[in-house]
Amino acid sequence: MKPPPFEYFAPTKLPEAVALLSASENARLLAGGQSLMAMLNMRYVFPDRIVDLNRVAELDFIEEEAGTLVVGAMTRQRTLQRSPAIAAKLPVVAKALRHVGHFQTRNRGTFGGSLCQLDPSAELPAVALAYEATVVAVGPAGQRSIPFEQFPVTFMTSSLASDEILTAVRFTPWGGKVGTGFSEFSRRHGDFAVAGAIAVLAGETGGPIRRASLTLFGIAEAPKRARDAEAVLVGRRVTADLIEEVAALCVAHATLEDPFGSAEYRGHVAAAMAKSALSEASAELDRQ
Amino acid sequence: MSGAAAARTICLNVNGEERSATAEPRVTLVDFLRHGLRLTGTHVGCEQGVCGACTVLIDGFAVRGCLMLAVQAEGRQVQTIESLGTVEAPHALQRAFLKHHALQCGYCTPGMLLSLAQFLHDVPDPTEQEVREAISGNLCRCTGYHNIVKAALDAAAELRGAREEN
Repeated sequence: MKPPPFEYFAPTKLPEAVALLSASENARLLAGGQSLMAMLNMRYVFPDRIVDLNRVAELDFIEEEAGTLVVGAMTRQRTLQRSPAIAAKLPVVAKALRHVGHFQTRNRGTFGGSLCQLDPSAELPAVALAYEATVVAVGPAGQRSIPFEQFPVTFMTSSLASDEILTAVRFTPWGGKVGTGFSEFSRRHGDFAVAGAIAVLAGETGGPIRRASLTLFGIAEAPKRARDAEAVLVGRRVTADLIEEVAALCVAHATLEDPFGSAEYRGHVAAAMAKSALSEASAELDRQ
Repeated sequence: MSGAAAARTICLNVNGEERSATAEPRVTLVDFLRHGLRLTGTHVGCEQGVCGACTVLIDGFAVRGCLMLAVQAEGRQVQTIESLGTVEAPHALQRAFLKHHALQCGYCTPGMLLSLAQFLHDVPDPTEQEVREAISGNLCRCTGYHNIVKAALDAAAELRGAREEN
């Protein structure tokens, strides 16, 4: 099918975009378009106005400042995947991006767009949660920061107001020795994942885990931290038995039911993915 | 409808030529190429970004022509299958597709070729697995992909050879 009619604006400055967005009751922001364009073509959405962010150059950047790494919302997934700063400071982002759609959709798809789309099986929101990122949003009332944990409110819905624009995502890379792991199961490469897991572990080589982050996705309305599993990991040395014990805790986190899988099935897939992500992270930590 | 939804003139560079036509903002790039500019080599498949039949290159990058509006391509360099090669002088990928029987009905072929054109530019010496991953976003219902993969690897070798000669 073809998109329904809409008014189209392509501002070049952020304040212009904010004004254009807030001046319509039924406007949608167009980022990379790799989900919204399909939804328009299928007529799942009928916006009166499209505000295209693709010419707002100030939203496309990767900046390191005082121990943080800030990614502009309109940074293409391809750019992120090839960024040396991302590979060095946020290695899970680079690992996850291989699984985000296909290289052709990553040429257009943006980081901010994926976060706002908030598909439960999407990799990038899970990465933002894994690293405890902070989302920066701008609206008519000014700028505010939202911890990513509070960003999803329900299925595919963020806590942004209808007149707010996500402008950047702020990460604080972990210090010291860190190992990371990413694992997801999908039926074909590039398909939406059934479930996946991201592990970030910090500690000393061969010593106990100092800090642990275990994120599951595809299992609930939005990605979820397995806090109980993290608490078990901290202070312990990673062994095959410990990974088994921790992965078993993941099963109960799954609540998402759809025609492609029951919550129970997704929970077991997530547990298997957690095992593989934790093994990868722990092996990486041991090599340092 | 307000002026911002009305048809407008869209100017872009297609296959090295400045082209323009009139279209509403809601017209996708692939429909604009086919109906506005009568370049029908780019095919329309699923219109939801899944099949890759509508792949074109924008400033050298492969994109879904159905997931981009024509207005968004204003001022950009667009390359379609019409400029990849000619009957007299086909591109290395086109010769390899012919040699390895990498197409049957041909519907996916323009998208496959343009995806592979960018991929081989990024990754000149790919493994078979890398080729399979690269074309995982282009659906083909005839060939079973084996011959497409063989053709891509063969074309990659030829393109590497041509680069060394230069």
